[in-house]
Amino acid sequence: MSVITKVCLPLDPQQAETLTAGTPVRLYGSLYTARDAAHKRLVQCLAKGEDLPLSLKNELLYYVGPCPARPGRVIGSAGPTTSGRVDSYTPRLLAEGLRGMMGKGDRAPEVVESMKKYKAVYFTALGGAGAILAAKIKRAEVFAYPDLGPEAIYRLEVEDFPAVVAIDAFGNNLYREGREKYIRR
Amino acid sequence: MREISVSLLVETISELCLEANLVLNADLYRALEKAVEEEESPVGKECLSNLVANADAARQNQLALCQDTGMVVVFAELGQEVRIVGGDFEAAITEGVRHGYEQGFFRCSVVNDPFLRENTSDNTPPVIYTRIVPGDTLRLTVVPKGFGSENMGAVQMLTPAEGKEGVKRFIVNTVLKAGANPCPPLIIGVGVGGTMEYAGLLAKKALLRPVGDKHPRSDLAELEDELLTAVNNLGIGPQGLGGRITALAVHLEVYPTHIAGLPCAVNLSCHSLRHKTKVL
Ligand code: SF4
Repeated sequence: MSVITKVCLPLDPQQAETLTAGTPVRLYGSLYTARDAAHKRLVQCLAKGEDLPLSLKNELLYYVGPCPARPGRVIGSAGPTTSGRVDSYTPRLLAEGLRGMMGKGDRAPEVVESMKKYKAVYFTALGGAGAILAAKIKRAEVFAYPDLGPEAIYRLEVEDFPAVVAIDAFGNNLYREGREKYIRR
Repeated sequence: MREISVSLLVETISELCLEANLVLNADLYRALEKAVEEEESPVGKECLSNLVANADAARQNQLALCQDTGMVVVFAELGQEVRIVGGDFEAAITEGVRHGYEQGFFRCSVVNDPFLRENTSDNTPPVIYTRIVPGDTLRLTVVPKGFGSENMGAVQMLTPAEGKEGVKRFIVNTVLKAGANPCPPLIIGVGVGGTMEYAGLLAKKALLRPVGDKHPRSDLAELEDELLTAVNNLGIGPQGLGGRITALAVHLEVYPTHIAGLPCAVNLSCHSLRHKTKVL
């Protein structure tokens, strides 16, 4: 595997452009969580011309609905969910300045086109590894939409959080390239 | 008549929910360890060894194996010589799920209605399948089913003429379409025969077999092997990032069916296949 790149959050737009598909990274800093229901609200909010509850400029959205924290702990298990379910909302959020996303699984062509247009990057974290990923989250607070329960928007602080660049700002795609190497026809 | 109280039922379901979400079954743990050895892709190898580490971390730190602690499916085999006393059978199972999820600090992922979509906040109701069987015991199996993989399953009413080839094509296409979404490496449950909904149930039950155990019928065991090879040739690999091991096992179950039909269902499970059983 290639050398691991340190990425600070919120993202630096210049660094975001240099991250190429397949690069293993470690994330440091703050990010926001959002799943299906939160995406729906954010996009409805924009459609009505209202202000979002958070500024998305250069932020990273992590697609996760964590388990609740046991007493004395920061958070419960917190691995990524399937990204494809928010594909229909993503281009609108990228237009608002969203710079990064993290989840699992491939993205729709419209998302990749918007990523190229707005120079955004899509990371993947290990799906089903919520117990080891939880240890990389140092702070967690509900930031918006608390009524959504596990689907609320949380603000998380992460340290040494492992991920891989799955789709870069030029549309290179690790899912396609990775599979090409191992397919037997 | 042997009597089993609903309070014992509540307690047992609660325990099974806790154990299933915190402790990976030994057969699956071994299958993952073996996959670490066999995977050729370095990225895939690393994913797999992290999954083994995740199972260790979950057990040691009392954290759910995966944050998607699923919708709970309960299989109950109720001996016909057992009488349930002290309350309502299904309500007790539901109460057990509620209690287990609260105790475990597990995520509540169930919404009250497919359109209204309000979280019920206690992960109930579960989906319950009860069979009445001979005997005086109650066998309970709890399956917290994650939806990253559940969403990628499919049912197809094939024609008898399509036969085994049709079944193979359908399964391989389902896995291909699923790609990285269901968190490979997968365990693939296949149900063939019966009626439309029964094929789906067979597919889910097929997931409960110890990982990699073959079907006792040799022609079906062979078909399972062929399917596993075909699926692994897709190159999807661990986490969909490319590799040899897209699935750890294909389990196939069959049932008699109608002269006109060949129902086929695929129920995909991620590597985080969780189920625990207890006999009362
Ligand atoms: S598919 Fe399985 S491992 Fe992946 S997030 Fe869902 S429950 Fe967890």
